[in-house]
Amino acid sequence: MHEGQSQNPDGSMDIRSHDQKTIVLSVSGEVDIMRSPDLQNSLQDAIGKVPGKGSVIVDLSGVSYMDSSGVATLVRGLQLSRKKGVGLVLCSLQDRVRSIFEIARLDTVFPIAGTFDEAVEAAASV
Amino acid sequence: MAGTAKRFGFSHDSSSHLALAVDEALCNVIRHGYKQEVGHPIWIKIWPLDDDGTLGPGLCIVIEDEAEQIDPSKIQGRDLDDIRPGGLGVHIIRQVVDEAEYAARDGAGMRLKLVKRTNGPSAKRTQELTTRCADGTGCDDLSSPADASSNHDGKAGA
Repeated sequence: MHEGQSQNPDGSMDIRSHDQKTIVLSVSGEVDIMRSPDLQNSLQDAIGKVPGKGSVIVDLSGVSYMDSSGVATLVRGLQLSRKKGVGLVLCSLQDRVRSIFEIARLDTVFPIAGTFDEAVEAAASV
Repeated sequence: MAGTAKRFGFSHDSSSHLALAVDEALCNVIRHGYKQEVGHPIWIKIWPLDDDGTLGPGLCIVIEDEAEQIDPSKIQGRDLDDIRPGGLGVHIIRQVVDEAEYAARDGAGMRLKLVKRTNGPSAKRTQELTTRCADGTGCDDLSSPADASSNHDGKAGA
């Protein structure tokens, strides 16, 4: 079910329901200081749609570049999800994006799945 | 930036990291130096460094601005155990280059000098990250959110 989409020439952010307990936020393009506010709004929307004990999967397979502002936005999202008691799982990070999580040592803070299917499994275990 | 770095002999990953460092530095100038006001100047100079016989050839990048001057010793990356948004840019810069030196310019503004060499310490760190991903020891961390939360619970809400 398609629920919301934000598109601009630099990429898109698409929110949809995967099942009754899981919302998927698919992000594409570059996430930098200019697009981080869009990501923050989309994350808040997605987390707001999740029922209690559900999860948000953030599919980053289409993100070719992310800087520290994007990472900081995801940290805010993680904090918000914990306050709300829902899960937040990242999946399908390209190498270039994964490396910034590793440099910031956040790769062990976020649940990060290699594939979307693995993310669904991780989300189900929340 | 990444294309320039590749032409000077940097690996794909090191080139990406150098571009990331410049991006982070420019973002810091725009966000913190100029408070996101438009119309202020930023100067970027790039020049090649000869092979020093040990760490290989490299690039030197100098970024200058006319923003408010601050004490360079106060420009620090934050403690990474403090899980919170923000403060990552300086840490990332220092991790992905061999030298990152802040100084006040004569008159006004700040200067950041970045040096990265093809076989310098930052290139080795990049290689270590790449190796961790290749052998799976540092990637695909599928620890449950509850596990991740419990490891950092005391700091997550900072």
